[in-house]
Amino acid sequence: MVNVITELSKYAIVLFLALYTLIGFQLVRKPGEEKRAALRQQDVLLFVMHLLANLILYLNTKNEKILYFCGAQMILFVVFLVLQHLIYPKADHLLNHNMLVLLSVGFLMLARLSFDKAERQFELAVLAAGLTFLVPWIIRRSAGKLRGYYWWYGALGFGLLTAVLIAGSLSFGAKLAITIHGITFQPSEFVKILFVFFSAGMLSKTQDFRRIVTATCAAAAHVLVLVLSRDLGGALIFFVVYLVMLYIASKQPLYFLAGLLSGSAAAFLAWKLFSHVQTRVLAWSDPFSVIDKEGYQITQSLFAIGTGSWFGLGLGQGMPYKIPVVEEDFIFAAIAEEFGLLFAIFLIFVYLCSFYMILNIAMCLKDAYYKLVAAGLGTLVIFQAFLSIGGVIKFIPSTGVTLPFISYGGSSLLSMFAIWAIIQGMYLKRSDEVAGNEKGKETKKEKTEKGRKKNR
Amino acid sequence: MKKEKKPKKKKQKKAGKRTVSREYSNMMLIFTGLFVLMIGYLVYFQVAKSRETINNTYNARLDTFEKEVVRGKILAQDGQVLAYTKVSEDGTETRYYPFDCTFSHVLGYSDYGKTGIEELGNFQLLTSNAYFVEKFINELREQKNMGDNLVTTLDVDLQTAAHDALGNQKGAVIVMEASTGNVRALVSKPDYDPGLVRSEWSRLATSEDSILLNRALQGLYPPGSTFKTITLLEYLREHQFEADDYSFQCEGKIPMGDSSISCYHGTRHGELDLRLAYAKSCNGAFAEMGQELSEGPYQELAKQLLFDSDLPLSFPYSRSSFRLKESDSEALHMMTAIGQGNTLVTPMHMAMITAAIANNGVLMVPRFLDRTESYTGSTVVERYPFTEYGRLLSTSEAEVLREYMRAVVEDGNAKTLLSDAYTAAGKTGTAEYSSDKSRSHAWFAGYVTGEKPDLVVCVLVESAGSSSEYAVPVAKRVFDAYYAGE
Repeated sequence: MVNVITELSKYAIVLFLALYTLIGFQLVRKPGEEKRAALRQQDVLLFVMHLLANLILYLNTKNEKILYFCGAQMILFVVFLVLQHLIYPKADHLLNHNMLVLLSVGFLMLARLSFDKAERQFELAVLAAGLTFLVPWIIRRSAGKLRGYYWWYGALGFGLLTAVLIAGSLSFGAKLAITIHGITFQPSEFVKILFVFFSAGMLSKTQDFRRIVTATCAAAAHVLVLVLSRDLGGALIFFVVYLVMLYIASKQPLYFLAGLLSGSAAAFLAWKLFSHVQTRVLAWSDPFSVIDKEGYQITQSLFAIGTGSWFGLGLGQGMPYKIPVVEEDFIFAAIAEEFGLLFAIFLIFVYLCSFYMILNIAMCLKDAYYKLVAAGLGTLVIFQAFLSIGGVIKFIPSTGVTLPFISYGGSSLLSMFAIWAIIQGMYLKRSDEVAGNEKGKETKKEKTEKGRKKNR
Repeated sequence: MKKEKKPKKKKQKKAGKRTVSREYSNMMLIFTGLFVLMIGYLVYFQVAKSRETINNTYNARLDTFEKEVVRGKILAQDGQVLAYTKVSEDGTETRYYPFDCTFSHVLGYSDYGKTGIEELGNFQLLTSNAYFVEKFINELREQKNMGDNLVTTLDVDLQTAAHDALGNQKGAVIVMEASTGNVRALVSKPDYDPGLVRSEWSRLATSEDSILLNRALQGLYPPGSTFKTITLLEYLREHQFEADDYSFQCEGKIPMGDSSISCYHGTRHGELDLRLAYAKSCNGAFAEMGQELSEGPYQELAKQLLFDSDLPLSFPYSRSSFRLKESDSEALHMMTAIGQGNTLVTPMHMAMITAAIANNGVLMVPRFLDRTESYTGSTVVERYPFTEYGRLLSTSEAEVLREYMRAVVEDGNAKTLLSDAYTAAGKTGTAEYSSDKSRSHAWFAGYVTGEKPDLVVCVLVESAGSSSEYAVPVAKRVFDAYYAGE
């Protein structure tokens, strides 16, 4: 009987997520009067999916803790949504929903893999939600005042990265983390955000050539330190985020292309020079020839995805624990294995949907600085998701990057919460801009409304 | 201040609005493209690659399938059962192999690790495509579903003929269709009963005869005179296929450095043209050729015929090797030309070269599996394609070589293959591998044409003696069995 329930609910969960993403894309496209109703539907789908998946997990593991854990998560989700509605009624609730869907999947997968880690992740999520709750308000109030200090952000970020390079502990061949008083954290996860603020400050004011050169050199220094720490994924993220911000600020496709070319050349050089880069490329190009060593992780990941097939083996039915580092960098394979490939693909759509929404916000903002911050953060999230998923499915060489909101890891989770909160702050800023506009120019009301459909 | 700026801004906005949002839409486009490619790759992986990927001994997940599914049957091409699983009343499952040892190496075993077709088709055998209502009811009752059946390309009569013909000798026989690549029989001896592998493991694994080694695919042997086909082709290429003025006076041996190369049993062949030199497998004639052939193109030809290359096989196999440099000694050049140098080849590879010659130069990928069916046989789940590997030699080259191979049967060392029922052709070989000249490997690589599709047979008998005494008779029994039904 349990088999049959598991089997049937597999399809139901895929269907729910499919509906959820469909509604999500509609919300990005035409946010009109029906927005409220659509958001309600998403609320329902989100919670039904969460409950059903937890029920399956409970039936398959018979671990009662799952039920309590599920309850705790529900409370977190409800409290978060209610508080957001009360304090930030004008926040973008689609982004909030997407975040909760990703969190829910992450908790489920972790609870299935290691209950201890899931509990820890949950505590961190509560902490992160609390810590970042006031961020939108702060951004709305004083982002303007804080923008002048961009050189400080750059210096602080660069200093932190250098500290990791010097004093960081080695894990999987890369220096990523620093341990202080028993608490390990990955500074690069937060430096990413500082870097976006720094680049936005540099690029938003003027775009004379000297300034662009200065900004580019500073960005290159960040990337270089990360390469030296062997954090290839981090280096790539900084590089691409900077490139996108430079392109948006300068409106020069040539810069973008030149950047891509020089980036490729640098990557080629790194491949020629460094054995650890060669190892990763080999594990990607022909993992089965080195299945005992370098290729072990990626082949186990492919076994997981392939065996799971379209609808998955069912929660608790597969062997995701066979994949090394499955809770962190390779969690996408575990999701594909047990929830199925279709579910995993819809999950990718959740990231894409969030990206569209964030760029939408950036596009509608007027102030060049805020625009750049939003676009930079959006790129950061989507590119990180791309690196993580692409590496797990052998689309690109694995660079050891976490999957936003899903992978186990406090630093990653906290920084993602912060990014979401900052973007919500930007969204609120946009409402203020529109409101200010309306007050100032009664006569232009018609045109403004046309241009700013989202304002309610 | 604000009010002063406003009109300016407005103008900019009108002119710049498009360009402002263009960067954003470009970024959306780029990342959407990236993700579409990635999702496309994921779908491609699942549709085209996942099956062969996950069917791997490193994938522990397949073992859990055994808890849900009763392993399917393996069938011969005509439907005879080669392997099946019986479930007793208390639920224990036993794998049976009705032909005992006959199919051992090609079927492999599934009881103690997996090899052969049992490994190749593990995923299919452990996947059930039974009627969905039946599967649903089984799930409700918490009973196992019936795994799919694998229909192979193997033929019971041909396999039995090859198996019996080889008798107690060590060696290998491969029988395959030239035009389709269908493998009709594959024997390697010594063999074992796949059903008893678990109980006899210690004996099988430690035996000095390497019982578990599939000699057909993994055994590397000096090719002996069968390699003369390749030397011949190289000679013909270097002489623009003009062989009329070729002549060799065989005195039974030819000097090589301080020693000499002699023909088999020291036979004096006398005056020979190229056709007879090949048909009678004159060592002197070919050793002399070896002195004049150029190493570069020779090596190139060997490479073209898949020496030192990966073969299109889904079973574990050994790579054949051919090595000849300009700096190598005269003696090595001569030995290489008669297949006694550093050259090593697997019987399967020799069969594939012969198949390409028989099939106008085109090699078909050896095909072991024909289709997967549901356990009742009512639905075909998957048909496995016929795959052309590519061209190994030109049509005209293949045609010329076929004439020479026919001469071996008409006027050479394989006269016993003359028959009214079919037309056989091939090349014999007796490969010495030690100083003891009486102990040599007997080879035959040939094919038969007639009313039925061309059938390639490659025989290797380890440390037996002369080819015509040991290898040719095995081929003959297979050919006879092939045409016996008519």
